[in-house]
Amino acid sequence: MRVRRHRQGPGDTPKATDGGTSGRTGHGLASSLARLRPGRIGEADFEELEELLVRADVGLKPTGRILAALREKVRAGDVGPAPGSLAAALRAEIVAGFGAGDRRLTLGPQSPCVWLFVGVNGAGKTTTIGKVAAQQTAAGRHVVVAAGDTFRAAAGDQLASWAERCGATLVRGADGADPSSVIFDAVEHARAAGADLVLADSAGRLHTKANLMDELRKVRRVADRPPGAVSEVLLVIDATTGQNGLVQAREFTAAVGVTGIVLTKLDGTAKGGIVLAIGEELGLPIKLVGIGEGADDLVGFDPGEFAAALVGD
Amino acid sequence: MFETLTDRFDEIFTRLRGRGRISEADLTEALREIRVALLEGDVNLEVVRELVETIRTRAAGAELERSLTPAQQVIKIVNEELTAILGGEELRLTYAARPPTVVLLAGLQGSGKTSAAAKLARWFVEQGRHPLLVAADLQRPAAVEQLRLLGRQVGAAVFSEPTDPVDVARRGVAEAVRVGRDVVVIDTAGRVSVDAALMDEVAAVARATSPRYTFLVVDAMTGQDAVATAVAFHEALTLDGVILTKLDGDARGGAALSIAKILGRPVAFVSTGERPADFEVFRPGRMAGRILGMGDVLSLIERAEQSLDQDLAGRAADRIRGGRFTLDDFLDQLAQMKRLGPLSGIVGMLPGLPKEMRNAEIDEGNVTRIEAVIRSMTPAERNDPAIINGSRRTRIAAGSGTTPAQVNDLLSRFKEMHKMMRSSGMMAPTRPGGRRDKRKGGRVTPARAR
Repeated sequence: MRVRRHRQGPGDTPKATDGGTSGRTGHGLASSLARLRPGRIGEADFEELEELLVRADVGLKPTGRILAALREKVRAGDVGPAPGSLAAALRAEIVAGFGAGDRRLTLGPQSPCVWLFVGVNGAGKTTTIGKVAAQQTAAGRHVVVAAGDTFRAAAGDQLASWAERCGATLVRGADGADPSSVIFDAVEHARAAGADLVLADSAGRLHTKANLMDELRKVRRVADRPPGAVSEVLLVIDATTGQNGLVQAREFTAAVGVTGIVLTKLDGTAKGGIVLAIGEELGLPIKLVGIGEGADDLVGFDPGEFAAALVGD
Repeated sequence: MFETLTDRFDEIFTRLRGRGRISEADLTEALREIRVALLEGDVNLEVVRELVETIRTRAAGAELERSLTPAQQVIKIVNEELTAILGGEELRLTYAARPPTVVLLAGLQGSGKTSAAAKLARWFVEQGRHPLLVAADLQRPAAVEQLRLLGRQVGAAVFSEPTDPVDVARRGVAEAVRVGRDVVVIDTAGRVSVDAALMDEVAAVARATSPRYTFLVVDAMTGQDAVATAVAFHEALTLDGVILTKLDGDARGGAALSIAKILGRPVAFVSTGERPADFEVFRPGRMAGRILGMGDVLSLIERAEQSLDQDLAGRAADRIRGGRFTLDDFLDQLAQMKRLGPLSGIVGMLPGLPKEMRNAEIDEGNVTRIEAVIRSMTPAERNDPAIINGSRRTRIAAGSGTTPAQVNDLLSRFKEMHKMMRSSGMMAPTRPGGRRDKRKGGRVTPARAR
């Protein structure tokens, strides 16, 4: 699947003086390095790299690791003198950091299998489910959508609108109902209707709330009870998230065993660099990327594309 | 394993204890740690750079306060700088002379605008106002319905029409005028700042409604991007402030600092939970510590400065009120000042004390010398310095390794202090309950330790 991403060009960047933030990331590293005399990679270049990575929310530790690896490569003569070779080496390093794991969404052997969507408030779970439902039904699967967010006002309506558009079945409960019971009903319904897939929404919750994390644990347990089988627990993370994204990934994984990350809102100015740390530290595969509010604005994660958008060509 | 900023600092600074100044090299190391803490707290890189330089300037060559370790003192400076940025511009909400007062909310998708709109409406109700919520987010499925439900929860009417955002907003304000609502809170759709069409749209909403306040709603967990987004929205709308949401999480919240610094706009409100009531005016108090990742330590620093202070100051204050303040008491105060810094204790409490007097004993050498002089006195001399004549002066000088002139100096300073205490009313014979304020006819008790 080709990645359609809104590439930042000079015309798109905010005009105001912003301390050079987006203006510089918009031009990318390569253009500044093009000025560099071939063969001379100096400390200033590494400082620029550090700035680039930190600005992308990669975080200090992963940045340090990447720069150390690059320094080693430069020292060993593995980075060519041609302009752009340092940028290329950086991209390669980033791609390597994501590993070669399987990024496909898992449809288990049993039917119906359940994909549970979790994450903090406002990350984009419901919209993502809407897109996944659209894509899966287009692929010919029988999809049931479970309105597991029983807390948010009109959450069920929001999901209903998506389900209607693509012809997926919506199962919902009363407002304030126990989310586990809604999931249970959805799985039952899916089994009875011979559906392949249950997409389970959940209320946004901060991982700092113990009672809400307990609730989520219960939701997962219930969803995993036969005839249901949870084959994906997808943590939805907003690309604008800073270092807290790593904490979120840790906590949600500890609670419900996250199997993959959905990185949303990558169509904005944020680079989503926090997924690098998540991938490295927790070994979680980034599976999907959201790049807009439309049903088609969901693509598979491509490390090369991600690195290119972060570093520049 | 998580090591707090102070732990790291203390390692750097242990060898500094007892020395007069913070050295350049040690400071550089400390600033490195501060940089890390701020970046880990999601403060924008440019802002971190500027801040570190400012702190370097303030801390370099700074005299060491005696109540704090050098590490703590640097952290105190950092805290002060952050608080100044966060608390610098306090937004005091005022209302339009001709109602309604229009408040416009804008921001990225998922930042919490709709929730904030409802909470803000509830806040206005608490202020005795009559807000109208305008649901101008026609983009997200069921956004209008969500605001309607929330409006019902908080007791605010909601206006919406399925036309277009600019139209809805304009009509919403007109409706408020028609039905006599004095505040309008407009919720808009989330939008990315690089979408020129949508940025134009929200600017058009602003033009159509002339908001008195335009707030950018920002998620507390936002990372480095906060500045780019804020700048873009500021260009389009001219922001008055920020509403920071989801503060009940454990995100450090550096975005707030970055935006405050770059835009010069304050955080006006914060949302601290999922209930409508979890919404309040921003107070910078604990935010600096939160961003640094060391809230607890800061309160410890504060306590170190205050607690010992208060006990001794309390006792001294009692004695002063009783009309007694001897050189022994002065010795106590000096010892305290050595430990806690010159502005602690009695000296710090005296209103109108000239700065020279306060700073007089900062020099450690001075304090030691004064202590030596007092210790060379007999108890009788300490109790009543008036008896100290020439020969006594000479003896005291010899015993303390000082000169008679220096002994004299101390005695006159002490007399000055007495005079100050008396004129400030602390030493005046008082009736039980404190000094009487003749103007009000009531009682005003003297201030205890600040």
